[in-house]
Amino acid sequence: MPLLTAQDVAIERGERRLLSGVDLTVEAGDIWQLVGANGVGKTSLLRALAGLAQLGVSGQIAHAQTRLYLGHAPALKKNLSALDNLRCHPASDILASDDMIFSALASLNLAGYEERPVGSLSAGQQRRVALTRLLLSQAPLWLLDEPFTALDVSGCEWLDTQIRSHVSSGGAVVYTSHQPSRFGSLQQDVDLVRYVC
Amino acid sequence: MSADIPLLSLREAFSRQFRRHFKALMGSPADMANPLLFFFMVVTLFPLGLGPDPERLSAMAPGLLWVVALLSSLMVSSKLFGSDYEDGSLEQLAIAPYPLSILVMGEVAAHWLATGFLLAAVSPLFGIMLGLPAAGLGVLFYSLVLGTICLTLIGAIGSALTVSIRRGGLLMSLLIIPLNVPVLIFGTTAVSEAVIGGNPQTWLTLLGGLAMGSLALVPLAISAALRVSLDN
Repeated sequence: MPLLTAQDVAIERGERRLLSGVDLTVEAGDIWQLVGANGVGKTSLLRALAGLAQLGVSGQIAHAQTRLYLGHAPALKKNLSALDNLRCHPASDILASDDMIFSALASLNLAGYEERPVGSLSAGQQRRVALTRLLLSQAPLWLLDEPFTALDVSGCEWLDTQIRSHVSSGGAVVYTSHQPSRFGSLQQDVDLVRYVC
Repeated sequence: MSADIPLLSLREAFSRQFRRHFKALMGSPADMANPLLFFFMVVTLFPLGLGPDPERLSAMAPGLLWVVALLSSLMVSSKLFGSDYEDGSLEQLAIAPYPLSILVMGEVAAHWLATGFLLAAVSPLFGIMLGLPAAGLGVLFYSLVLGTICLTLIGAIGSALTVSIRRGGLLMSLLIIPLNVPVLIFGTTAVSEAVIGGNPQTWLTLLGGLAMGSLALVPLAISAALRVSLDN
C-alpha cells in the first residue's frame, strides 16, 4: 500500500490557479524531490499533501495517518529548552525516553545545549533541534519543506544520511529543495513546471 | 502500515500539550503578570475617579470587579494561539494523529490555570480594596473560577478564528464580547446577591452550567476554527 497517493491535484490561491493535474504515488523506499522556481507552488503542494490545506485544493489525496511534516517554521517555543520542546512536541509523535532525546541531540552536535532555551541558540542550531525529530519520530512518511536551509555542510551530510537510512528501512520522503538532486538514482524529481497553469 | 505505529494515550497527549504551554507561560512571567497588573491598576484608580465614599464603592464593587476581570481575560486570550501560529506549532498540532480538539484543550487548560484561575485566586484581595462586604468575597472567587472557564474558552474560539489575521484584536473583541455578556450578568448577579444576603446559588449554578456546556462544545469549535485559520 502506498504511503501517499495524489490524483489529479489542482491548487488555487485566491483567483490564481497554481498547479493542476498533479499525480503522485509515493511507495515505501521512495525519495521524491519537488523542484521548481520560487512561487511555483512547492510549499502549497507539500502542505496539501500533508493534509494541512484543503481550501483551494481539488483532487484526491490519501496519506498514511502518521506523517512527519517539517515546515519553514520550526515549531519550537523559544523560552523552552531543546529537551522540553522535544519531550512535549506539538505533533506528539515522539515517544522516546529522555536518554534517546539526549543522544539524538548529541548526534546533531547539540550536546551541552539540551537545557538552554531554544531562543538563545543560533538559527542553524534551532534548525538542528527541529530536525532532531527525524530521529525520534516513528512516522513512515516524511514531508520536508526546504530541509537543507540554514544547515552547514556537516548538517546537510547528516540529513542525507538520515533520509537514506529512513527510506532503506521502509519509509518514504518527499521534500522540496532548490539544490540539485542529492540522492542520484534513488530519487525521483517532480518538476512542478510541468503542472503550472 | 500506520496501524502498527504506537500512539500515546489521549490523556498523555493532552498532558504533554498542557505541560508545554504551562512551562512556556511560566517562562515569560511578564505576560502572566500583565492582566493582574491591569486588574490592580483599574481597582486602584476607580476610588480616585469615583470619590472615596465606601458605601458607593462597595455597592458598585461586584459589577466593577467582574467587568475588569472580563476585560483582562479578553486581553490575554486574544494572544492565546498567536505564538503557536507564528512558530509553526499549530501546523504540527493539526497534523498530529490525535483529535485536534483534545490537544488544543491541553493548551487552553494551561492558559486558564495561569491566567483565569490566578485572577480568580487573587480577586478577593481586589474585592477588599474596593470595600466588597466579606459575604461577597467567597462568591466572587467561585463565580470567577467558573466564569473565567467560560471566558477563556470563548476567548479561545475568538483567538482561533482571528489568529491568521494581522491586527485581528478588534475583530476578535467584536466577535466574542456579545458571547461574554451572559457570563458577566450571571457572575455579577451572583456576587450582588451574596452581598445583600440573597441566594447566589442559583446564579452560580447557571454559571457552572455555562462552564460545563462550554467545556463540552467549545473544543470542537476551536479545532474547526483553527483548521480554517491554517488553511490560508
